[in-house]
Amino acid sequence: MTKMVPQYVSTTNACKLCKPLGASLAFRGVEGAVPFLHGSQGCATYMRRYIISHFNEPIDIASSSLGEKNAVYGGGANLKLGLKNVTAKYNPALIGIATTCLTETIGDDVKRLLYEYRQEFMQDGGPLLVQVSTPSYSGTHMEGFHAAVRALVEQLTEAADPNGTVSILPGFLSAADLRSLKEMAGDWGLTATVLPDFSETLDGPALRDYPLIPKGGTKISDIRAMGGAKATVEFGYTLSDQLSGGKYLEKSYGVPLHRLGMPVGIRETDRFFEVLRDLSGNPMPEKYTLARGRLVDSLVDGHKYVFGKRAIVYGEEDLVIGLTSFLAEIGVQPVLCASGGTSGSFVAAIEKAVAGFGLEMPRVHEGMDFHEIGELAAELKPDFFLGHSKGYTLARGLGLPLIRVGFPIHDRMGGQRLLHIGYHGAQQLFDLIANTMIAVKQDSSEVGYSYM
Amino acid sequence: MEAALLERQDSIHRTGEAPFAMECNKDSLAGAVSQRACVFCGSRVVLYPIADALHLVHGPIGCAVYTWDIRGALSSGPELHRMSFSTDMQETDVIFGGEKKLYNALVELIDRHAPKAAFVYSTCIVGIIGDDMQAVCRRVSEEKGIPVLPVQSEGFKGNKRAGYAAACNAMRQLVGMGDISGISKYSLNILGDFNLAGEIWLIREYFTRMGVEVVANITGDGRVGDIQRAHGAALNVVQCSGSTMDLARMMKEDYGIPSLRVSYFGIEDMAESLYAVAAFFKDEEMMRCTRELVKEELSLIMPEIMKYRQALAGKRAAIYVGGAFKAFSLVKAFRTIGMQVVMVGSQTGTPEDYEELAAITDPGTIIVDDSNPLELSSFLQEKDVDIFVGGVKERPIAYKLGVAFCDHNHERKEMLAGFTGMLNFAREVYGSVMSPVWRFVPRKNESAQEKAHD
Repeated sequence: MTKMVPQYVSTTNACKLCKPLGASLAFRGVEGAVPFLHGSQGCATYMRRYIISHFNEPIDIASSSLGEKNAVYGGGANLKLGLKNVTAKYNPALIGIATTCLTETIGDDVKRLLYEYRQEFMQDGGPLLVQVSTPSYSGTHMEGFHAAVRALVEQLTEAADPNGTVSILPGFLSAADLRSLKEMAGDWGLTATVLPDFSETLDGPALRDYPLIPKGGTKISDIRAMGGAKATVEFGYTLSDQLSGGKYLEKSYGVPLHRLGMPVGIRETDRFFEVLRDLSGNPMPEKYTLARGRLVDSLVDGHKYVFGKRAIVYGEEDLVIGLTSFLAEIGVQPVLCASGGTSGSFVAAIEKAVAGFGLEMPRVHEGMDFHEIGELAAELKPDFFLGHSKGYTLARGLGLPLIRVGFPIHDRMGGQRLLHIGYHGAQQLFDLIANTMIAVKQDSSEVGYSYM
Repeated sequence: MEAALLERQDSIHRTGEAPFAMECNKDSLAGAVSQRACVFCGSRVVLYPIADALHLVHGPIGCAVYTWDIRGALSSGPELHRMSFSTDMQETDVIFGGEKKLYNALVELIDRHAPKAAFVYSTCIVGIIGDDMQAVCRRVSEEKGIPVLPVQSEGFKGNKRAGYAAACNAMRQLVGMGDISGISKYSLNILGDFNLAGEIWLIREYFTRMGVEVVANITGDGRVGDIQRAHGAALNVVQCSGSTMDLARMMKEDYGIPSLRVSYFGIEDMAESLYAVAAFFKDEEMMRCTRELVKEELSLIMPEIMKYRQALAGKRAAIYVGGAFKAFSLVKAFRTIGMQVVMVGSQTGTPEDYEELAAITDPGTIIVDDSNPLELSSFLQEKDVDIFVGGVKERPIAYKLGVAFCDHNHERKEMLAGFTGMLNFAREVYGSVMSPVWRFVPRKNESAQEKAHD
């Protein structure tokens, strides 16, 4: 259902970020790891600033700080010097090295450079070096994120004895989502490894001393053991096989892969919990039976406030798919599902998400920017926007509410604490959406009742 | 100093502890997590506030999307500068060249937005693949009848200062194009103020009250047409020396316009700047007006400032900002509110800048060039700092350690320039330092610390 949309040459107010940013976030979710960008200084600094404004947490991203000479003669020397300095200063367990458009274009062979580096400087040990190719001229931050996860899995795992654990590769979730995910697995009686896990590294407590590397993150030994897990659970319908860590584990070690959507809303959470049930052999813990029951109860209580409302949903493809699925469940008509991503499988996944609810098929567009979303918004007459902070200007211009989810949340507190997944996440989303609709009605009412 | 790499030792100085020497203005050390950005960033921040120009970033998406609506630079009219335009180069563009895409994107955007000029920023890979931006810009300029200016801002070609120079080079091409008839002999251009939170409006008002005509804002609330007439002004007043001093130098060369270095931060520097302008025009009446203005403004803000001063006396401040010139003013501004500066640094200061900082700070003050989170956090702890002044990248360092913070960077939304700005600054410092939340942070509270470590 990719209807006509003007195809512009230029991009205005992009609805995507660049690959190395996603890779940096993923590397930040590994215990003892320092993300390292092989490129010019600006990349690391810009991405740090962007990430900081969402998480309100320090994030050190090292850079090989290439200068003009390096761009001409190759960045190898700077890469090695940078790795040496990061090792000396941070004493990391792992350095996650992501390339940038500069170093990809000048053709630095990072794999070979790292081989040399290990020969020259790591005879007596040193951090693990994991490298990923993330040229920003193809794909978005999500491809960078997944590529880094895949690189970690490819470069760290080895054949392992069966260990009864479950590996969960959730994609890009909030810190609160990651905490919730670990709790869910634990509540089902499973020992799970969530990769990446920046729930603490990017959402930590106030401290007395500035940590060289913040506590938390997926343990490297747990990543290594993924080859012996009894299953991999991977979220994301638009994730390609080449970027899928789960596919790699399946192919290399025969670990069964359960590919699911992001567990947003009732049906996707049900699906996820069915998998947890099968893997654990346990029935649904009471806590979740109750949470699901309360959620359904609240949907009944509030259904009239949201039914028939029209929504524009934008952001990362897999998040948009999950959110759209939930909107369908509560009777909201998604009118446009937009993403800067270009996976090629976005449309089909949205079709599936809304099927069977008597809704019109929303317009679905990959590779969109906010200028294009704005042009469509004018004719689609939505009641609200659902997405990250960067849609604010557009929503404001149309006098419509923006319900903030995902990344980045640059204009509100607590983006890292937003819960999207599971029944608890659905509950928060529902309350947010229903209350926003109620507020619109209340604020625009001449009477202004204090009862609804 | 264990938090600093050996190679960084020469970029850290302690006032009075050794003869002054400072390594600075060189490339960042690989792997050191510098707080600096790149050439592109330098160009982008300087030109950004020109509100009726199109700012097109030629490169992959990152550079454009990380600078979208990034500054608190207000406009009194058009807001084209708040949009993010990119050619969003793809792999095929990198392989076959991006000139055609650039051309088409420029034409499309100029037709859509009818800007008064266009700036086209080159990013890292444009410099590598060798797109002839000059040629494309010239062609579009001829076809569309507006100035289309290439900004040579490949990220790797130096640091932020190189970006400032590239921006100034682009603006130099605009200056001189406009009609300058009717401009008063008492006239000036404001260089290096970016109208964060409306600051340049305040400064313009001061000059107007003094009887001085402001020809062009460069670049806060900037307009292409004004910059084209900037050569008609009698004087350039330059704040934020790093970013626009180059342009002032060029205008001196091209048109013989003299310049004054000024600062609008803090009472002392603000007043001194106005007096310097009045003195430049050698007009008795103007000088009298200026004295009157300063007196009046001070009477409005001092009573409240004295209140804060009482509460803040003896508290310790640390400063880490982009340009060193702002640091001078901040050192003085903290004195005004009774506070002691114990650390001061910048991303891009020159040896002269640091020497001056060493001269105006108390013994023991740490002075640092191109620092990084590890160093900064160790300084905050060592000096038991009460408030840290910096930008977004410094904020989480302070907050993580339970130290108050004041955002003095280009993303801030508070007006900190001028006399009113000094009052706002005092309010903000007071509001952060005096917050009750610090009593709960581990730094001030052992039991909370133990809990956090459990």
